[in-house]
Amino acid sequence: MVTYWVALLAISILIYLLLDGFDLGVGMLFGLAGSEARRQAMLRTIAPVWDGNETWLIVTGVIMWGAFPVVYSMLLSALYIPVVVMLLGLILRGVAFEFRGKASRSRWIWDVSFSAGSFAASFMQGVMVGALVEGLQFSNGEYVGGTFGWLTTFSVLCGIGLCFGYALLGACWLVRKCQDPVRHATRRQIPFLAVAVLAFLVVVFAHALIEHLPILRRWIERPYLLVFPLIGAGAAARLATSILHHDDYWPFNMVSLIFAAAFCTLALSFWPYMIPFVVTIDEAAAPHASLAFMFWGAGLFVFPLMLLYVAVGYRVFRGKAEPAADHY
Amino acid sequence: MDPTALLLSRLQFAFTISFHIIFPAFTIGLAAWLTVLEAMHQYTGRPVYRTLFEFWLKIFGVAFGMGVVSGVVMAFQFGTNWSVLSKMSGPIQGPLLSYETFTAFMLEAGFFGILIFGRPRVPPWFYLFSTAMVALGTTLSAFWIMVNNSWMQVPTGYVLENGQFVPNDWAQIIFNRVVWVRFPHMLLASYLTGAFCVAATGAWYLLRRTYRAEAHVMLRMGLALAAVLLPVQLFIGHLVGDYVHDFQPAKFAAIEARWHDEQPASEVLIAIPDSSTESNKYAISIPVLGSIIGSMSLTSKEVGLISFPPQDRPPVAIPFFAFRIMVGCGFVMLGLAWFGSWLGLKHRLERSRLLLWGIFLSFPLPWIAILTGWYTAEVGRQPWTIYGVLRTADAVTPFLTASAALTSLILFVAVYAFIFSFGTYYIYRLLRAGPAGLGGKPLHVPVPNRPMSLADKMPAIAEAGE
Repeated sequence: MVTYWVALLAISILIYLLLDGFDLGVGMLFGLAGSEARRQAMLRTIAPVWDGNETWLIVTGVIMWGAFPVVYSMLLSALYIPVVVMLLGLILRGVAFEFRGKASRSRWIWDVSFSAGSFAASFMQGVMVGALVEGLQFSNGEYVGGTFGWLTTFSVLCGIGLCFGYALLGACWLVRKCQDPVRHATRRQIPFLAVAVLAFLVVVFAHALIEHLPILRRWIERPYLLVFPLIGAGAAARLATSILHHDDYWPFNMVSLIFAAAFCTLALSFWPYMIPFVVTIDEAAAPHASLAFMFWGAGLFVFPLMLLYVAVGYRVFRGKAEPAADHY
Repeated sequence: MDPTALLLSRLQFAFTISFHIIFPAFTIGLAAWLTVLEAMHQYTGRPVYRTLFEFWLKIFGVAFGMGVVSGVVMAFQFGTNWSVLSKMSGPIQGPLLSYETFTAFMLEAGFFGILIFGRPRVPPWFYLFSTAMVALGTTLSAFWIMVNNSWMQVPTGYVLENGQFVPNDWAQIIFNRVVWVRFPHMLLASYLTGAFCVAATGAWYLLRRTYRAEAHVMLRMGLALAAVLLPVQLFIGHLVGDYVHDFQPAKFAAIEARWHDEQPASEVLIAIPDSSTESNKYAISIPVLGSIIGSMSLTSKEVGLISFPPQDRPPVAIPFFAFRIMVGCGFVMLGLAWFGSWLGLKHRLERSRLLLWGIFLSFPLPWIAILTGWYTAEVGRQPWTIYGVLRTADAVTPFLTASAALTSLILFVAVYAFIFSFGTYYIYRLLRAGPAGLGGKPLHVPVPNRPMSLADKMPAIAEAGE
């Protein structure tokens, strides 16, 4: 039962990373678009799906609360400021979808809030992952690191890195969903973003080596973990060739694969801990009565249905988003 | 625990949840109304239903978006500010909110995109199905929230083990009588909100002498629904009062501003309760009515606040006044709905401009009633977060500093005030423009492959213009 909920939590986080990752990425690239027509074309690729994408964040939150209440309460209270800023960012970008269409003179406000909100949310998510990897200070199950205990060079680097990662994912999504000129402009951004992500991975890794982060020992103890970076490297190579061949379809899949590989690397190096070296999965798990209640309804039946809704949603809006020319 | 951080956390929760409830209260009713409109249009083929559908869909879109983003906050705020609560009650509240997210949010989110953007891409029956699924999603969401909150009001079906509330009877948690009076109470409140907003918009158009056909449909449907639902709502409200009387006597005494045990008890209609002297100033009360309301008896003894130790008493003024405002709103709405429907039947409604003004100006009443109702329930539950088991002061994140809490509260207030003022302004503009704001003509024929939001009124920008 515990294993099932760990698996579902991991799957939900991964789905969130990939789905909201690309639309947060599009949000950040949105600020670079030169004209209203381009901005609309970009927005149109994510407008029907962003709400569903963001819902996976709530899915992650409530699975954590229901199945691992100890971790939910410890992490959210320790990461107070990053969580609040992330939520505010998500609010500002979320309302922009509906508001900018209704605005006339004030449209620029929602353009700014869309980009800035996407950036703030992405950055804070990276910071939180970084802080978790580096280690937050707990004593007797209570956070003792102070209001800004999460703020370190390492976590800030992770925040910037995730912004580039999401932007890369978003760029590949735009290439898949848009026609020229957006496709053309975005395609030229991809090499820069890909190199930036690579550079940040190197810097973050070097930083981890210098700081002797305890999590690195996992790589020596568990050599099979190296499979995932290798998958990532393979995907990166395929990404490079697909970009060179002006392929619209494959880059997004390859960046998704890189994300999945990175996520698996982290998740498996945490195992069996949920908060590294502080709380294990079994210590965090809710009582059996809670897990079983969630399993026999939500877990077993509704979760597959949720995946089905996502599939239906993406199928209805599959293919290139139509240009705005036939808009009344 | 820092008392300032506690106070700020309570303010923040009250603020963010009050802000949030405004939108679901509206969209639960509106989603149901949209489903009815779409079904009526597909069944009768009358264009007026389609025009109204497209019109209200735009307003639904704005309100739904604000509900979604302010709702995400709620899923995390239990952890950030109330870490002790979330750790202790996670085994019960977590699964309940998981069910909400799994059954409701995904349904809403999945089909909302189709509702706004998908009409040209899916067959009509599937579009109607999507509308119904969004409505079902909003309703399920309300259900799980009411189960969750009812458990905090009357905790049941659990044992306390290792500092956690461990569920031992889920059927009891979900199917107890408290849930099944409070959920209908909230659901009807949402339907009434939708009904009054629709009716008020109709009245506004008639006053301005525009969109006569659409205005009549809105006014008739809104008022008729309200006229039927309001008496039911008042009755269910009475049943909600019964559960408070049975399970939360201190809250009941606070709502009644009853300081001393009385037999038979009088009913304080209006007064200024004063906690320092444990008495009421300027009280107007009716003898024996308190016993009738509390226990349906002429002789029952009703318990007063001083029977509870001071540290277990809720604040009195907020539940007392909030409850009276809620009931007052209910009766005003009842009067408007009945009188309006009666005049409507006699085809005199359009000429009674005074009543039209009344209906138009009544649109905030359902929201005021919902907010004051929740203040009664939540403030009346104090000093407990989980009634009788966990005090609010013990539930807060113990190491939260006042400065962190103040920063987040200021940020929330600033951002919410910002988006609320723009959001309401945009909704006002949509309402003011009316159904013809859809681009000059009612949309009888779907335009194939029209990908843009129905709400976007801006002229087409040709890609060639780049």
